[in-house]
Amino acid sequence: MNAVYPIFKRELRSYFASPLAYVILVIFQIISALFFFLYLKGFLHLQFDPSFQLLRGELNLNNVVVIPYFDTMSIVLLFIIPLITMRLVADERKSHTAELLFTSPIKLRSIIWGKFLAALILLITILLLSSLNLFVLTVHGNPDMGAVLSSYLGLLLLGASFLSIGIFASSLSSSQLVAAMIAFGILLLLWLVGASSDTESSILGYISLINHFENFGKGIIELKDLAYYFSIIYIGLFLAHTALDSERWR
Amino acid sequence: MIRVQNVSKQYGDLLAIDNISFQLEKGDVLGFLGPNGAGKTTTMRIITGYMPPTKGKVYIADVDIFEDPIIAKSHIGYLPENPPLYEDMIVRDYLDFVAEIKRVPTREKNGRIHYIMDKCGILDVGKRIIGHLSKGYRQRIGIAQALVNDPDVLVLDEPTSGLDPRQIIEIRELIKGLSGDRTVILSTHILPEVTMICSKVVIINKGKIALEESLERLSNKMDGVENILLKTRYWGEEIQDKIISLPNVSGIRLGIGNELIVQQKKGTDVREELSGLIMQNGWGLLEMRPVAHNLEEIFLRVISSEGD
Repeated sequence: MNAVYPIFKRELRSYFASPLAYVILVIFQIISALFFFLYLKGFLHLQFDPSFQLLRGELNLNNVVVIPYFDTMSIVLLFIIPLITMRLVADERKSHTAELLFTSPIKLRSIIWGKFLAALILLITILLLSSLNLFVLTVHGNPDMGAVLSSYLGLLLLGASFLSIGIFASSLSSSQLVAAMIAFGILLLLWLVGASSDTESSILGYISLINHFENFGKGIIELKDLAYYFSIIYIGLFLAHTALDSERWR
Repeated sequence: MIRVQNVSKQYGDLLAIDNISFQLEKGDVLGFLGPNGAGKTTTMRIITGYMPPTKGKVYIADVDIFEDPIIAKSHIGYLPENPPLYEDMIVRDYLDFVAEIKRVPTREKNGRIHYIMDKCGILDVGKRIIGHLSKGYRQRIGIAQALVNDPDVLVLDEPTSGLDPRQIIEIRELIKGLSGDRTVILSTHILPEVTMICSKVVIINKGKIALEESLERLSNKMDGVENILLKTRYWGEEIQDKIISLPNVSGIRLGIGNELIVQQKKGTDVREELSGLIMQNGWGLLEMRPVAHNLEEIFLRVISSEGD
């Protein structure tokens, strides 16, 4: 497994050597800051609304700002992650470096893990940068920090699931554009199946990526949600492995 | 060192490689020839473990490359047709990366990379970004990449393609200097290259081995048999008929334009009889010179006879 490290290191360096990582960081930061202040402004307006007093229990900082903010970020991730993962495998084909990797004494598994972990570090960087927004809340307000932290954990797991599906999509094509589109299509589909059936009891509701995210926003970390995201990550990477392995047999 | 046993590869309906077998010992340098699309690259990809064959086995140092890929692949250095380069990397970082995934021990790594960069003549571009370099440098980085792990088996797919004549000579010298204990497989379109570097020749055509011979035996065959290239003003069927009836002529072939290639029997010289015959009939002798019975000819003959 020690071949994971060189792959990881090269991938990470490649992210930050290209403008892509910075563009994504900046775009994500701008969008998330915009929405954050939009929600915050909405909350401040509520203070002067007479009906606010009646619903005081419901309309706290967490429900009005933190939860919508994380929901929005999860949707932004849906758009941004295919851009992060699109080149991971597709580009190895295009630049013929796949021939170097697959004739080296390393396991396919190590290649995939190295790439996944590098993308994960980029994701964590994005999320850490966006946490500056919430910092404002802790200075002037009193949000439920437990819910904030569990939301971050949820967002990280959700993003990691997106990444693993994105890597699978990238392993299906030698074109980055096609890879990004496949990833986006799969993610959107997994997202929308939840909208069609809200109850978690149904199968569609269970496989929906978003249903499992809701609990984290309320500050609840449940084993079934963790298990769900870890399974999605595993399945995505497993499919990428299968796609790459079977391609060579054709 | 390398054993290829009854290897076939099928892409859908297309049989790219049809039951190929050959064997190479330590120190052998194999020239792997064939027209475009004959299956050279596919064969090399199978030998290096990039893709599995549909049928058959490949052993590298007695290890089956698809049973024990990690062990077998650690013996291999491979330069694919297109050098596998990361455009956005610095040359030195790239070779570091290759050394790491090829499992070169950390303490040997720096010395090894420096030595290879020196040998391949890329020390002066060590800090440059690969994407900014010329084709010649990229090809040499590709060769350096294949050598980083000091492989016992070196597989080079057209190593001199895209280089200028001076670079071709340099790379040839490099490969020649490298061989020694190594087993090298080299595919090329430049036939004299094979005579210069290789100890063995395999010609492959339409997925099958058309000729397998050591260069020594091949040049013995070529020795003494010298062909005569003939060009006359007059051109007709009866010229060929009359020439072939000469006692020392063993065969005749059409060359380019009005040229005839006359094959003479071993140890004879038909030039005098030939010129006499032409004078006698007034065919107008324009040119007559001996041509070496070289690899190019063997290559063309093997390929055209198999192709029909």
